[in-house]
Amino acid sequence: MSKIMEWVDERLPVTELLKSQATEYPTPKNLNYWWNFGSLALLVLIIMIATGLFLAMHYKADANQSFDVVEHIMRDVNFGWLLRYAHANGASFFFLVVYVHILRGMYYGSYRKPREILWWFGIIIFFMMMGTAFMGYVLPWGQMSYWGAAVITNLMSAIPVIGEELVIWIWGGFSVGDPTLNRFFALHFLLPLVIFGVVILHLWALHAVHSNNPDGIDVHDEKDTLPFHPYYTVKDLYGYGVFMIVFCVFVFYAPNFFLEPDNYIPANPMQTPAHIVPEWYFLPFYAILRSIDFLGSFSKLAGVLAMVGAIMILFILPFLDRSPVRSFRYRPLSRQLFWIFVVDCVVLGWVGYNPADAAIFNGALPLIVVGRTCTAIYFGYFFVLWAITAFDIEKHQPVPKSI
Amino acid sequence: MVTESDESRRDFLTLATGAVGAAGVAGAAWPFVKSWSPSADVLSQATTEVDVSGLAPGQMITVPWQGKPVFVLRRTPAQIEAARKADGETLPDPAKDADRTKKPEYLVVLALCTHLGCVPQPIGTGNFGGFLCPCHGSHYDTSGRIRQGPAPKNLPVPHYEFKDEKTLVIGKV
Repeated sequence: MSKIMEWVDERLPVTELLKSQATEYPTPKNLNYWWNFGSLALLVLIIMIATGLFLAMHYKADANQSFDVVEHIMRDVNFGWLLRYAHANGASFFFLVVYVHILRGMYYGSYRKPREILWWFGIIIFFMMMGTAFMGYVLPWGQMSYWGAAVITNLMSAIPVIGEELVIWIWGGFSVGDPTLNRFFALHFLLPLVIFGVVILHLWALHAVHSNNPDGIDVHDEKDTLPFHPYYTVKDLYGYGVFMIVFCVFVFYAPNFFLEPDNYIPANPMQTPAHIVPEWYFLPFYAILRSIDFLGSFSKLAGVLAMVGAIMILFILPFLDRSPVRSFRYRPLSRQLFWIFVVDCVVLGWVGYNPADAAIFNGALPLIVVGRTCTAIYFGYFFVLWAITAFDIEKHQPVPKSI
Repeated sequence: MVTESDESRRDFLTLATGAVGAAGVAGAAWPFVKSWSPSADVLSQATTEVDVSGLAPGQMITVPWQGKPVFVLRRTPAQIEAARKADGETLPDPAKDADRTKKPEYLVVLALCTHLGCVPQPIGTGNFGGFLCPCHGSHYDTSGRIRQGPAPKNLPVPHYEFKDEKTLVIGKV
């Protein structure tokens, strides 16, 4: 065996790569469980690609057939129900895991110098995930598929001058239809492979600058680190076990928990469901989109810009945060801001879930007002974080000298 | 030996090669880009004929045109009057009711909310006696004009003609 590896290593240094980048890869010894979510995201990506590939072998992209063929997968194909439920729930869990992963990066300052490019690759992956999830949701061709596609593609029409033409180009017709479904299937198949490629870039960028850690301080020497194997391989595997238990509970016992009943009605271009909701993972952004309705004819474009801006602003986060300390563990003000931000995102999600004209407290408080306030808080987080760090308003607590 | 003029000559050649390459790629990409535009069979579904003789006053039907829903409403005198009265008010997207109908009795509008393309609910559901879009709460009046909510524009009036007393043709023949 070792003779064979020697032969291979002379031609392709596999052993050296595994040693330096995996088994003996130095990893900060103080990583907590929040650091499991990166490897969990990779696990879900692999589950999605595997189940997706086999679903594609049974699926047909055709406006007249797709709805029926998904039911065919559910009822006739051997383990088709498992493939589809794992894939559909996998999408929800992918976002759950990635949201935790992003928030972990925000809390412990993992986006700060020198990890900006690593952070940017992450946002690009997140963007592509949203596109992939959206197009995948269209494929069963139910009412929510159809009208979700109609609403989201119509966002493009807000772009001045070329918007209307652009939407027709994306549709391949004058409304969402068969050509749209076909191209979405093609792209839904392609994008995950592109995501996989960017994940490799993400890991390359990670291994170039190494992991951040809960203290947010630089690693000094070997005493601060542990070899990745077996310390973190076993910890990641433990995380996989816990994750799979939760995932399987949903796949086997509540497979329709995240799905909308309306999507079991075949797509009908002549009738919009009374209440369109996107999947939960888009709800905060959907709420931001809807909250801009006070600018007259400029509202639509402004809403779209706000929604896109809500993600785009993450790109400049590394430059907004001016604190000398990375980790919020030692930044009391930032820490409070962070939790306000998290709660704000949850409230935005709840606003997005409810009908646009809903109100609470017996109609005294229209939800649109809540949505506007939360949108302001969402963007306010980035502004205030910049303000308290740029003007030295925040006094950080003492930071440990070494891990 | 490489002289300065050689270097600038080389820079020029690199740039020129790059420019030709970029133009070539852009040219080759065009057929791919254009393949996404509506195909000939989609374009051929340009018109829809509707028999409106069976419509009672106040009755509305939804007909497909180019894959999109179109509301055909036979308006009651009250609905016409409500629409005409609103001509004088400040509207988000100003338009006279008379300019939006060929015969005052029939309102023909594209039933796609100008916000994000949902189909509004039938006549009488909105705040102004017109259409309510359920997605984000836009209210249209009995002339299909936007009155309240996030939608920026009135429901568009497609090109249509009355071929005879009872036949409505939507789309350009």
